[in-house]
Amino acid sequence: MTETLETKSLTLNYGDSNIIENLDLSIPMNEITVLIGANGCGKSTLLRSIARLLKPKHGSVLLDGQDIFKLSTKQVAKKLSILPQSPVAPEGLTVLQLVKQGRYPHQNWRKQWTEKDEEIVLNSLKATGVDHLQDKLVDELSGGQRQRAWIAMTLAQDTDIILLDEPTTYLDLTHQIEILDLLFELNQQQKRTIIMVLHDINLACRYADHIITVRDRGVFQQGRPEEIMTKTLVKHVFDLDCKMTNDPIFGTPLCIPFGKGRKIS
Amino acid sequence: MKHLKTIRLLQNKVSFLLDIKASKKLTLISIIALAVFFFSASFGDSFINPIKVLQVLIGKGSDFDQLIIVDFRMPRIFLAAFAGMALAVAGAILQGIIKNPLASPDIIGISAGGGAAVVGFLAMFSDSNHSLTVSIEWLPLAGFIGATIVGLIVYVFAWKDGVTPTRLVLIGIGVSAFMQAITTMLMIIGPIYQASEANKWITGSVKSADWNQVQIVVPLILILLLITFFITRQLNVQELGDDTAASLGQSVQKTRLFLLLLSSSLVASAISFAGAIGFVGLMAPHIARRIVGPSFGVLIPTSAAIGALLVMVADIIGRTAFNPLEVPAGVFTAAIGAPYFIYLLFRNPRK
Repeated sequence: MTETLETKSLTLNYGDSNIIENLDLSIPMNEITVLIGANGCGKSTLLRSIARLLKPKHGSVLLDGQDIFKLSTKQVAKKLSILPQSPVAPEGLTVLQLVKQGRYPHQNWRKQWTEKDEEIVLNSLKATGVDHLQDKLVDELSGGQRQRAWIAMTLAQDTDIILLDEPTTYLDLTHQIEILDLLFELNQQQKRTIIMVLHDINLACRYADHIITVRDRGVFQQGRPEEIMTKTLVKHVFDLDCKMTNDPIFGTPLCIPFGKGRKIS
Repeated sequence: MKHLKTIRLLQNKVSFLLDIKASKKLTLISIIALAVFFFSASFGDSFINPIKVLQVLIGKGSDFDQLIIVDFRMPRIFLAAFAGMALAVAGAILQGIIKNPLASPDIIGISAGGGAAVVGFLAMFSDSNHSLTVSIEWLPLAGFIGATIVGLIVYVFAWKDGVTPTRLVLIGIGVSAFMQAITTMLMIIGPIYQASEANKWITGSVKSADWNQVQIVVPLILILLLITFFITRQLNVQELGDDTAASLGQSVQKTRLFLLLLSSSLVASAISFAGAIGFVGLMAPHIARRIVGPSFGVLIPTSAAIGALLVMVADIIGRTAFNPLEVPAGVFTAAIGAPYFIYLLFRNPRK
């Protein structure tokens, strides 16, 4: 079981400009954490660096106290997986062939399909509801199905921690909910730690146990949505005037942005 | 999973999932390739009945047939088949790295590098009487070194915090054009015989094959193909994109460098004796992908079989169609390959 995931005086850069500066951050385990912030604030960059896809300029990401760049990448891959934003599968790949790749860090050239591999791949297909599509080509699936197939691959990697970079981008609302429900269930039933970047503040408030708001090259505020999400925070983080209320069904914070539009009295 | 079969051997020490449908197709293509391999010994200046060919192969033919088949025809068939396999697999590897069906050794300059090195060799080792100061046997080595070095140059130039597929292609096209310019310049200012010698090599031909060449090239290509077959997993993962591959625990850049070296070595061994037979590395893996799908475990051997078929058939046409004139195999692969390339360009406007 993975115990801790944290960053120590982490500085990230693109060229000469720092995106994140000197950040100390600890991610709660077995919970859903959502990173939110304005476009270009560095939330995706931060997520990618936590998943060791981006080398920090200074500081480090610690997985169970060890620098993630000093561990072998295969070792890390057994504890932590990341689903990048809008991944593209090679033309002609079937769902099963895709999901099977999730077993890569657990395999070698002799053992490419052990009983454990088979069991975990089939479970991942079932958990994401794509088991009936396993012989279909990934590029022939609808957006929502395709995203579920990719999540199945990530699940097959069998890691305690799963990171997702905007898993609901390009999906219609129905499929956004479907994907978030799926991730919610994975967290509830299998106690997987989920860390993701989302654009929709309201969905973030509904699904996240823990919200991290990113601004000014660091974390602006973090905590349970119902404790930290206020109109002052939204104003600071997104530069948006809004009214905060409670979701009539879920009771979680609901942000209603001001602006123009039709008004019915 | 109807067409898939789980294979577990030696108390689960070896296990894999076999795609029965794709394997059947691979077997069929391999059988066709083997048949062409044997029957192509019938074709040439004179047609020799396939039954006679079989007699010769089991050591019962006439001395004359023996001479023609074993000494003249078999070496070039071997060379054609193995050069075809090597070029096709090199192309399949590049397509895996670059994730684009247009990627091939011709496009990213590896073949052009071999060509420039060959012409450079001829220029450097010619004396004032226009005759070579060293043995022509060294020519293939020059081609090998040129192809490998250019492969590395492309890689190094494309490096910027890692090598991205797009940069690899763009730098490759640039380097390729540069190499072709050097080749053309050397051919124009060089002696006449050099131009014809170089031309033969640049077009790609298995005409001058002999058993010595076969003894060098075949084991080399076999070893490289075997290595490729054992790392198909890496290719599968590499093709999912850099981020996904890294998430799955692959050392993306190290693997990419190794794969590029492997691909360059395959191209270099193929073209060292057979010359730069064009478009095989583009067409074969692409055709194979359409037949068996993108999983490299079966894609690599299928590409190899189709590559061998293409070059063997091109060579059969080359030595029979305009008899008594011989046309290099590379002319025919280019004649089908160039339109195929244009077709691919139109089919993939978004790529």
